[in-house]
Amino acid sequence: MTINHCAVLGAGLMGSGIAAHLANAGLPVLLLDLPAKAGPRSAVAMGAIERMKKADPQPLMLPENAKLITPGNFDDDLAKLAECDWIIEVIVEDLAVKRALYDRIDAVRKPGSIVSSNTSTIPLRSLSKKQSAAFKQDFCITHFFNPPRYMRLLELVTGPDTRPEVAAELTTLCDVRLGKGVVRCKDTPGFIANRIGTHWITVAIDEAIARGLPIEHADAVHRPMGMPKTGVFGLVDLVGLDLMPLVATSMLMSLPPDDDFRRVFREQPLLTRMIAEGNVGRKGKGGFYRMNKAGKERVLESIDLVTGEYHPSTKPKLDAVEAGRRDPGALVRHASPAGEYARAVLVQVLAYAASLVPAIADDIASVDEAMRLGYAWAQGPFELMDRLGTDWLAGAVEAVGLPVPALLTLARGRTFYRVQDGVLQCLSPSGDYAPVVRPAGVLLLQDVKRAGKPVMRNGSASVWDIGDGVLCFEFTSKMNSIDPEIMALLGKALGIAAKGYRGMVVYNEGENFSVGANLGIAMFAANVAAWPVIEQQVAGGQAAYKALKYAPIPVVGAPSGMALGGGCEILMHCSAVQAHAETYMGLVEVGVGLLPGWGGCKELLGRWQAEPKLPRGPLPAVAKVFEVISTAQVSKSAAQARGLGFLRATDAITMNRDRLLYDAKQRVLALAEDYQPPKAFEYRLPGPGGRVALELAVEGFAATGKATPHDVVVSNAVARVLTGGEADPLDVLTEDDMTTLERSAFMTLVRNPASLARTEHMLATGKPLRN
Amino acid sequence: MATYAAPLRDMRFVLHELLDSSALSGLPGYEQVNQELIDAVIEEAAKLSQEVLFPLNLSGDAEGCTYENGVVRTPKGFKEAYKTMIEGGWTSLACDPAYGGQGMPMLVSTVFEEMVSSANLAFGMYPGLSHGAYRALHAHGTEAMKAEYLPKLVDGTWSGTMCLTEPQCGTDLGLIRTKAEPAEDGSYRISGTKIFISAGEHDLTENIVHLVLAKLPGAPAGTKGISLFLVPKFLPTAEGKPGPRNGVMCGSIEHKMGIKASATAVMHFDEAQGWLVGTENSGMRCMFTMMNAARLAVGMQGLGIAETAYQSAAAYAKDRRQGKSVARSNARETKSTDATPEAPNAADPIIVHPDVRRMLLESRSMTEAGRALSYWVGLELDRAEHHPDPATRQEADDLVALLTPIVKAALSDLGSEAANSAVQVLGGHGYVHEWGVEQLVRDARIAQIYEGTNGIQALDLVGRKLGQDAGRLLRRFFHPVSAWLEAHAEDAELAAFTGPTAKAFGRLQQATLTVAQRGLARPEEAAAAATDYLRLFALVAMAFMWCRMAEVARAKLRAGANGEAAFYETKLDVGRFFMARVLPRHSMHFQGIMAGGETLVRMPAEAF
Repeated sequence: MTINHCAVLGAGLMGSGIAAHLANAGLPVLLLDLPAKAGPRSAVAMGAIERMKKADPQPLMLPENAKLITPGNFDDDLAKLAECDWIIEVIVEDLAVKRALYDRIDAVRKPGSIVSSNTSTIPLRSLSKKQSAAFKQDFCITHFFNPPRYMRLLELVTGPDTRPEVAAELTTLCDVRLGKGVVRCKDTPGFIANRIGTHWITVAIDEAIARGLPIEHADAVHRPMGMPKTGVFGLVDLVGLDLMPLVATSMLMSLPPDDDFRRVFREQPLLTRMIAEGNVGRKGKGGFYRMNKAGKERVLESIDLVTGEYHPSTKPKLDAVEAGRRDPGALVRHASPAGEYARAVLVQVLAYAASLVPAIADDIASVDEAMRLGYAWAQGPFELMDRLGTDWLAGAVEAVGLPVPALLTLARGRTFYRVQDGVLQCLSPSGDYAPVVRPAGVLLLQDVKRAGKPVMRNGSASVWDIGDGVLCFEFTSKMNSIDPEIMALLGKALGIAAKGYRGMVVYNEGENFSVGANLGIAMFAANVAAWPVIEQQVAGGQAAYKALKYAPIPVVGAPSGMALGGGCEILMHCSAVQAHAETYMGLVEVGVGLLPGWGGCKELLGRWQAEPKLPRGPLPAVAKVFEVISTAQVSKSAAQARGLGFLRATDAITMNRDRLLYDAKQRVLALAEDYQPPKAFEYRLPGPGGRVALELAVEGFAATGKATPHDVVVSNAVARVLTGGEADPLDVLTEDDMTTLERSAFMTLVRNPASLARTEHMLATGKPLRN
Repeated sequence: MATYAAPLRDMRFVLHELLDSSALSGLPGYEQVNQELIDAVIEEAAKLSQEVLFPLNLSGDAEGCTYENGVVRTPKGFKEAYKTMIEGGWTSLACDPAYGGQGMPMLVSTVFEEMVSSANLAFGMYPGLSHGAYRALHAHGTEAMKAEYLPKLVDGTWSGTMCLTEPQCGTDLGLIRTKAEPAEDGSYRISGTKIFISAGEHDLTENIVHLVLAKLPGAPAGTKGISLFLVPKFLPTAEGKPGPRNGVMCGSIEHKMGIKASATAVMHFDEAQGWLVGTENSGMRCMFTMMNAARLAVGMQGLGIAETAYQSAAAYAKDRRQGKSVARSNARETKSTDATPEAPNAADPIIVHPDVRRMLLESRSMTEAGRALSYWVGLELDRAEHHPDPATRQEADDLVALLTPIVKAALSDLGSEAANSAVQVLGGHGYVHEWGVEQLVRDARIAQIYEGTNGIQALDLVGRKLGQDAGRLLRRFFHPVSAWLEAHAEDAELAAFTGPTAKAFGRLQQATLTVAQRGLARPEEAAAAATDYLRLFALVAMAFMWCRMAEVARAKLRAGANGEAAFYETKLDVGRFFMARVLPRHSMHFQGIMAGGETLVRMPAEAF
């Protein structure tokens, strides 16, 4: 059975988030909650849908996806469940209430439809205990993480009665269409991620309190350990302090009697007091951190774990953190309060994780995956153990008087992961190594890299052979910023691709595809007034992207995360784009006082000129592109990038990050049958007359304070390019004419001190300067 | 004989015609400063230097300082000269009026430092060190400390020192061992040995105020764990008189190559009472605040020596008759340039020889450019400290930070080069002590070493200044140069200046990008390029100064020159020589940089 219709029961934060994400996948969703006591009967679900449109981060990839969600209530609309293939229960964590709802669901649902619960605390066996045999066969737990659109982990728990097809169908749907990393868990308390995560948070807070370590220090220490950049106290502020005792109570009720959590958990009077006083985190008056707005300026404050008083936050520079930047081993061995704290936390948490396999999951890779995707750890616990060394860790566990888990003993003298014949393997509880198997349709560059050497590389990029005659061009520069080395290797890669390959994918596995040109290099060249060097770099990029666009073989761009500035421009020159759903595209150069100089103006204008929806004449397309570029619009999803023209209707979207390279490669192979390079754009532009019209509009924004003085300068430069400079409306301009205009406007701006001030500010603070 | 007359006309040219000294009056605190005042001050400074300090230079070198039982005597006449100096208020020149200072700009003080260094480098060490201590205390001392000590340092009755170096560490101060133990009364007990302490002990003042770097118990390792302490030789009484002797003793003084009249002391601190300056473990930061001024002052020492060396050599070359000019010999023309009928075969003064002129013009053209460059930095130092607008202060501070290592190293190198050239011009006489020129070689040498060796200056430039904030510091120099060159690219009259400068500037740009790029990947590459890079930079900076000086000179000539046509024509001549014969040195440094560091590092240490 394919899943076409879904229902989400419970329109709280999680329920509506799940409903929104199902809609993102194009699935119609019925969203039900209790009937309202006043107003429309389905007001609860209707309100949830309204809130989705305003929430930040946005649960919807496109606002119109909300139309796929039908609101309703448990009393009037339950019968509609008969049309649903998958019914997800996301109501209050109360066994009796859930069971009662299951009875009602079971009465109306169609045979063979899947029912799942999003519970995070109640075991599956309790949930389904009193239900019909048919219900038990169709029932499982699908545990999403908050927020459901962005957190990639989905924990899937099946019971002894669950039909195998249920797991198979849900795995396919959640993996391919929802883009989740589906991890199979056993029916144990907290499953994988929360089981380890709760232990970690508890230990991290307890140890900081016991050691009187400032929370800024404790949080800073978590960075080199690969934990989220919020650190532990920042994370608890984010999820809410009040949740902590609830989770702990639930864990204590259900965990085995000898579980290590019972050893580490203790009442913390400070937490109790903070919750009582309403300091429950960001949703309350503040938490471990708070923003003090009493004075003229907003001051970030931190709580003192000893006195419970707030004081202005510091940004500690810790030797231990510095030492641990490359090697977490150096951090945990650092003789300082921060290093000792890191050791205490990691030793306990990692020992705990090692003690839980195979009790909570069949293999260690699942545990690592769950912690990476569910808690945003850079490395899972077993990967961390390998970096610290299994022998060192076992010794450290003994040193603090804890039992060394059997699995860790098994791993002593070797590693949990190893690469054998280019294939990643992991240690199984039996003591043998087994390959880490990727699902069909998943191709990871990290696996390709393990298996061989690049076809070519330089300091900023590498080219890999990903099989079937397809190359992969990978940025390897810092933050994947685009620099002259990338341009140089791109030219070479296209050369060999044209000779012996069917096509190429531009792809990488960084957090962001590319946030644009390397501003540091550009800024440095500008600081030494090396204008010819800068102009050469602009021209070099234009030439490289032109060669890309007109290459005799297809090149498919495959971005994920941010693709800004030069990173957006390279994609716009590709034959096609296969974008991860979470792709954020934009030409944001005006933020640093510049304009798109690597063909971004040219490509976006060419696309909008060809857009039949716009009114006739040269100005509408120019005005549209002017708006997008001069206000530095960035799409908040790949779907939105289509509306801005950064993606074309023919460009495709992949929901699962891990499937992106495979899909892009398939796209190359499809295009390679009978490939013809694109026809060049021609431009009929309004010239100075049109420019004056745009400048007038900018003046209007300046007059009302919406545009700063330098916004006006930069916008006018953009207007000059987009209207064709001194072109006559009867002239036909070529793509080369457009890049010449881009280059000359860029060179004028880059020499403007106000533009340099913007770039400098961005480099120093990461934020735009509004001068 | 060595000769020195303060080059007041050249100084005024730089102060008022090239730089806009009148802009100083726009800075808070300097409202009273104007051209007349500056000229009056430097004329008096010239008299002091020429008439009081210069006559003691040779005798001071011959006699040196003497040490006996912990007491150091300065050479004959130094005490009287020092008395004259403080009576004239010279120690208070650039000091805060709140403590009895005259509140003159750093720029004026910089000019004064040049003259004192020209006249008597060794003597200048005593007030020079005091001024360094004054600046550190003024910036970081407590109010009580400042009230107690600053008036004495300002009026010169007490002097100061900076006690940094120890037997086991100089460049890497993180290794110091001097200890500071907290005492119950809030003061500290300082124990340890410091070496190379200039003016550490002497008989010029009734008390000496030592600023001492030491470590507190349990302080972090390295430079992060250093604190600064004030340790007087005599503990002041309530009336501000020298009281009981503190536990500070001079163990000996060094027997040095030069600046023999400056006492370089080994200082023993034995539970000496001291007070914390600034906060705990902030000693290095306190030092850094005065570093730029101190390094600029060492640059002025090099410049001062170069000026005296040039003047001495030029005077000798015009006076000394020896052989005939090559032109006259070749032309079989017997008449000397100033032959008389009585002596038609008289020898020519050696100034007719191109190679003698080469040495003189090399020294002079770099000295004049170096003066312009260092005064520019002095002016920016004033702007960095006094300008009301924080952005302008930052810009000025950036330029000072960038150019200070260049001024320190390039001008101290210049001092050595010019002094050596002067010895060469004087020939055998140059090698003889009584002529006073070989002393310049020995005195100049130290400036390349102390206050951070010139190698360290080069590392500071490439390692810290270059990459800071994506090259922001560089902009303060490169943009004005680029803008000036673009604005004058079509100016045919200045082509002899713009052409060579533009070429050298382009190479400096290329070298800068290359050093930054290579250094990012391999810091050792930047280190290998450091000295060549600093020298390339210095030559371009001097060339830029010559461009601007030529522009000013031409404008004055066009405007009639007010009877000084010869002065401005000479400026252009000296500048043209620099462009044609000195600036080409940049090619060598450029090629050295581009060649990379491989040949420097490949040979194993055992092979040396």
